[in-house]
Amino acid sequence: MLTSKRLILAHFWLAFAAFAGALLLGEWQMFIRSPLHAWISNPEWYYRSVTGHGTAMAYVLPTLVAMGFGYFITEAALKRPLIGRAWAWVGFGLAVVGTITAVIPVALGAASVLYTFYPPLVGNPFYYIGVVLVVVGSWIWVALMSVNLYRWKKDNPGAAVPLAMFANVAGSYLWAWTSVGAAIELLFQILPVALGLRTTIDAGLARVFFSWTLHAIVYFWLMPTYIAYYTIVPRAIGGRLYSDSMGRLSFILFLVVAMPIGVHHLFMDPQVGGGFKFLHSVFTALVALPTLLTVFTICASVEIAARLRGGRGALGWIRALPWRNPMMLAIAFSFVMLGFGGAGGLINMSYQLDAVIHNTQWITGHFHLIFGGAIVIMYFAIAYDVWPHLTGRALECHGLIRAQLWTWFIGMMVLTFPWHWVGILGMPRRMAYYDYTDPALAPQANWVIMSVIGGAILVLSGILFLAVLIRGHRAPQIDPGPYRFSVAVHQPRRVPVALNSYGLWLSLMVGLTLVNYGFPILHLLTTPGTDVPAITVGAQK
Amino acid sequence: MSIEPLFTFRNRWFTTSVAVTAGLFLVAALAGFLWLPSLQSNRGQAAEGAGGIWGEICSAAGVFRPGPAKSVTKPDFRGTQVALTPTLLKGADAASVGRGATLALQCSMCHGARGLSEADSPNLAGQHPLVIYKQLQDFKSGARSSAVMEPLVAKLTDQDMRDLAAFYAYLPRAPWNIPTDAPPPRIVISGAPVRGIAPCGACHGTLSMKPGAAWLDGQSPVYIRAQLVAFAAGTRHNDIGQQMRNIARVMTAAEIDEAARYYAGAQQ
Repeated sequence: MLTSKRLILAHFWLAFAAFAGALLLGEWQMFIRSPLHAWISNPEWYYRSVTGHGTAMAYVLPTLVAMGFGYFITEAALKRPLIGRAWAWVGFGLAVVGTITAVIPVALGAASVLYTFYPPLVGNPFYYIGVVLVVVGSWIWVALMSVNLYRWKKDNPGAAVPLAMFANVAGSYLWAWTSVGAAIELLFQILPVALGLRTTIDAGLARVFFSWTLHAIVYFWLMPTYIAYYTIVPRAIGGRLYSDSMGRLSFILFLVVAMPIGVHHLFMDPQVGGGFKFLHSVFTALVALPTLLTVFTICASVEIAARLRGGRGALGWIRALPWRNPMMLAIAFSFVMLGFGGAGGLINMSYQLDAVIHNTQWITGHFHLIFGGAIVIMYFAIAYDVWPHLTGRALECHGLIRAQLWTWFIGMMVLTFPWHWVGILGMPRRMAYYDYTDPALAPQANWVIMSVIGGAILVLSGILFLAVLIRGHRAPQIDPGPYRFSVAVHQPRRVPVALNSYGLWLSLMVGLTLVNYGFPILHLLTTPGTDVPAITVGAQK
Repeated sequence: MSIEPLFTFRNRWFTTSVAVTAGLFLVAALAGFLWLPSLQSNRGQAAEGAGGIWGEICSAAGVFRPGPAKSVTKPDFRGTQVALTPTLLKGADAASVGRGATLALQCSMCHGARGLSEADSPNLAGQHPLVIYKQLQDFKSGARSSAVMEPLVAKLTDQDMRDLAAFYAYLPRAPWNIPTDAPPPRIVISGAPVRGIAPCGACHGTLSMKPGAAWLDGQSPVYIRAQLVAFAAGTRHNDIGQQMRNIARVMTAAEIDEAARYYAGAQQ
């Protein structure tokens, strides 16, 4: 029942095109500041590249994947055509225009402020306008998800919303609320300066607003991955979902506790009080809950698949798993990376431990392992799973797909483990140049080279990924049949209204945001003398 | 649509979730705002500022309270009073340049008739107006000291300084002849990250410019060297964020020499 194939494919292809370009930039950055290459003698080129890499990877790729996958889920799970397809194209158009509008000033070196903006640095206004357009495009998606679910519920009173759609709409609401922080920062703080209407900016307040977005955005990136865990993986490996309710509970918990935790990015910032830092630290720890629920549920679902295939014994069933199935590989790799990344995250969220690794390459290693590793490898798996249904052609190159997943996993481990290590040794992040001839840095040189090799493996893997998808467009035509999501062991017919709607959870989310952010924001807004002169990037030469 | 009411105390999902969330928040808030601050060794200091428990809560909430005045260490010299913003010198016109040209007659002895010095004084031709304006203000306020400059700026008004800045910014820069076959020295291009030295070129030209930082191309090497030594010794202290003092202190004599020679270009 897919009627919007072109729309969905357009979203996926824009996402993956941005991904491909940004992947090359990332490896170039690794290479030119490693001991393998002489210093390029101009940090501006480096920061220009980092801005492009971050903007494409953090805003364009995950937002477009979430939007495309969201439209796919709406039609496949609700089994009816998407309502408001014209609006969806408008949202996509805004994302395209926004991406181009943002990329041009970055490429010209007029906005080398990194994707996290870092006021009081201020770049060309078109960069920020482009980012805002992408976000506005995604808000149209949020509205469409809401409308489609509302109409379906109206036509199916009392029926349980399919888990995939329930999670998808939860993700869209999470995004709608988390993007508000950065939107306020851009519209009311940065853009007035970039447009020349103001000359000073409250950088501390801007960082608080950005932290509102910055952590929950990670869970927005995570949503498609978790949806795949629950609603694709068990079916794809021939098993059943252990518990549908556990899935609903996990997505609800993400909605509630993903938001009021962003200040753990500001542990070293003086403008936020220690009490609020502790409060955010506590709620950050709570995010482990939905993650652990998910790990348990998915491991149980995988065990069901193994036992259905004849697996025996306490751990002997692991051998019976379909290891040649790409989805099995993807979920295993994703979990390993999620495990290591999550363990590292426990360090980051601990007030005192964070001081050791704050602003070091450990952080860069951490978010590449979690996002680039655990999350993005499932984006690949999602694309492989839905591609035949979008193109009407088979993806037959299973060997190539397995090679792609293996190389992505190995590349990401080789990239990020040395990064974590040099971070512990004290290597700062966001630096364009390292003097490896200095005795203090010389021992880090070999680890950095190892990371460059990891990055090269990732580039290879990225090329394989695109090759698989392009071959998919040329394969012989087939009838893939209707798309199926996982079926739970006990498939629910009715669920409690709390697990079938969002009102309660959205209220808790907004409430927690207000009590955890309200005072720091109001206090900074009303304290005089917190503005600093803005520093224009790329202004005079 | 579902008929089961959700927002009611009879719904266990509602009561449990709200109670658990509120309970967690309260416990975390009590720990973060009362219990943990009470364990800190500086409890006495916090109490001194705003009185006991309330003082601790305010402190944990991030409310800034200046300490007792006696604890503030004041420098024994005057720092710069100029705040640089992009609009500070907006509105300079041709008349301003003309007035500046007249005023500059008294500067030409050292800085040259066209802003190019032959006496190891700084070249001012084509210098960023913010730089000229800030240095004149600093000479007048005493933030920067010079036996020659101080009497000359004593009678200048704020508008005079704006006019002088506009005039010198208007003059064409000296042609700068650097040898193109050799790369710029490392201190200019890369700095020395391990010692916390940013590249000279990141603010002073070659790579990029920052507001308030002087355009150094073609300056006298004697002048650049002397200023770096003065920053290192602390006898010059009108850099807003101490950035030049911090950098110059950790530069080696060889690096100071390299930077001075590079920016001097053909004049070396």
